[in-house]
Amino acid sequence: MPATLLDRLWEAHRVAPAGAGRDVIHIDRILLHDLSGARALAEVAEKGYGVANPALVFATPDHAVSTAPGRTAETFRPGAPGVALLREGARRHGIRLFDLGEDGQGIVHVMAPELGIALPGLSIICGDSHTCTQGGLGALAFGVGSTELAHALATQTLRLAKPRAMRVRLDGRFPKGTTAKDAVLAAIGRFGAGAGAGCAIEWAGEAVRALPVEARLTLCNLSVEMGARIGFIAPDETVFEWLAGRDFAPRGAAWDAAVAAWRSLRSDDDACFDIDLAMEASGIAPQVTWGTSPEHVIAVDQPIPSPDSAPDAGRREAWAAALAYQGLQPGRPLEGLPIDWVFIGSCTNARLSDLREAAAIVAGRTVAPHVSAWVVPGSERVKRAAEAEGLDRVFRSAGFSWREPGCSLCVAANGEAVPPGARCLSTSNRNFVGRQGRGARTHLASPATAAASAIAGRIVDIRKPF
Amino acid sequence: MQRFDRVTGPAAPLLRPNIDTDVIIRAERLVGTPKEEMGRYAFEAWRYRSDGTEDPGFVLNRPPFRSAPILLAGPNFGCGSSREAAVWALAGIGVRCVIAPSVSDIFAGNALQNGLLPVVLPEETVRGLAALIEADPDRARITVDLEAQTVIGPDGAVHPFAIDPDRREALLAGLDDIGLTLRQAGAIAAWQAEDRRRRPWVWLEALT
Ligand code: SF4
Repeated sequence: MPATLLDRLWEAHRVAPAGAGRDVIHIDRILLHDLSGARALAEVAEKGYGVANPALVFATPDHAVSTAPGRTAETFRPGAPGVALLREGARRHGIRLFDLGEDGQGIVHVMAPELGIALPGLSIICGDSHTCTQGGLGALAFGVGSTELAHALATQTLRLAKPRAMRVRLDGRFPKGTTAKDAVLAAIGRFGAGAGAGCAIEWAGEAVRALPVEARLTLCNLSVEMGARIGFIAPDETVFEWLAGRDFAPRGAAWDAAVAAWRSLRSDDDACFDIDLAMEASGIAPQVTWGTSPEHVIAVDQPIPSPDSAPDAGRREAWAAALAYQGLQPGRPLEGLPIDWVFIGSCTNARLSDLREAAAIVAGRTVAPHVSAWVVPGSERVKRAAEAEGLDRVFRSAGFSWREPGCSLCVAANGEAVPPGARCLSTSNRNFVGRQGRGARTHLASPATAAASAIAGRIVDIRKPF
Repeated sequence: MQRFDRVTGPAAPLLRPNIDTDVIIRAERLVGTPKEEMGRYAFEAWRYRSDGTEDPGFVLNRPPFRSAPILLAGPNFGCGSSREAAVWALAGIGVRCVIAPSVSDIFAGNALQNGLLPVVLPEETVRGLAALIEADPDRARITVDLEAQTVIGPDGAVHPFAIDPDRREALLAGLDDIGLTLRQAGAIAAWQAEDRRRRPWVWLEALT
């Protein structure tokens, strides 16, 4: 029987049947952050259970911590109890913690791949929907709520129904100026924010194969914005090379054995998918969202659609509400729209390659005077590497604020927020109502588009001089 | 976990597609708000105006729907963040069941862990139920019967729905998953012993 990569990943973790339709699935890595992780540890304690295997659990604070230079857990007071709970739980159970200011701390989906905590073929969970990011390494990685997280802490397993297998192929090559971020936004725009419901998405095709690892993480990051809890890419030499020597990756003979096993992590050529979609990569232009769902996305030079052209009544209502919230008129392109804020950060686009890409555009220029522009590195390690290359100086001398690693303006749960009514071009992944702050208007785009737009003070088509 | 068997009451129609968990409960409320108090902040961006007063136009502020136990929603309900507080917030305003053409996987998982039943019915059916409710908002009632796996509309029409039998049992009995799984501890330990040989690189050393 030809098998999909999903079949292989599922089979490799299936401990036992769990009753009709579900399996007991082994969980190889559990990641805890200061919101859901702290809650789950408290819940395990409340119910009187232990932590089954602390060696497979990792913790780092990222969500409700200030990213102001010189921050501590106390800088954002309301977040301090979550960090304290995480520290206390980690100490009590012998869980590895990467604390503020320490090497390894960072947005959980940035630090886990970077430290080799995430590896191909592992099942990885976190109380965070963007855990699917880590599927970029070929892992079965997905977000769970705190009750499921507590279940996994107590039993090292979850009771799960196997998702359906979806493949999304990006055929051909991306044009110059198109990044993984543009590609995945375009896919969500084409197929819809709910297209992947009930599915695990395997991203495949020539354009995906050609992506470096960090771009694969970006691509898989937005799988959940297409409705899929899980997204992954079959691991290959590019991944193995990137992972070799990382802190928690195997070494020596164990590494060789692991790589040999990882080579079989792919879908058979004649495997059948429940849903099989394809898009031509060469037609994808730089994308920017106009509305309040990631599916509200268009190429930067295309006109904002009118609710009258919406495919159904529900969308007509949603589009009209989104335009009103965003303060936009249909018919005009996003290109040229004045912006107030730029946020380069988040688990989508705050890795070293993202910062390099943005810095190359910013170098020697100045942020438009009416724009507040922030760079929030994805992790302590990204920050240190960027500083070693002098990227912080490039950003700072252009007028960007260079900050400490964390989620920051992606979710505005740490006291940092885009002000009401302000328009923010953001490299993050969600443009929901109020996501970046009450009344804040978000436009999602790539780091390159964000960097150029910060300089211009308006949304820029990076294929043109600005 | 709260048991779920049968719920009858008004059903609030909120049919927009892609209602996300950020709108259900804002991220800043996840910090320091006890589970039991999340209901105060459910849908706050829609429920309250910028001056803090209630927006009378929002469906959950209209008298028949103020503590409606059933929500009629559009496709992809509960998309976005995995925050379980979205379920606690809905439970906090009295919602026991969400009926929608599709529900995000993570939200559905969280809902089932908290005795809140997600019911998937075809879009036409959900719209039809909403139309019947809107026609007589003060009196129209919907019944969700988990035992029979049916939704009974205000017109008496019976709409069957599917649910994993295991999940149904657990909801009917108010059983939590951890207890169930720990009964399989032997099988898990045996699998892990074998896996240590099969995939030794997975198994890290404990912190000393
Ligand atoms: S950066 Fe944003 S999307 Fe990523 S984990 Fe943090 S809050 Fe979630």
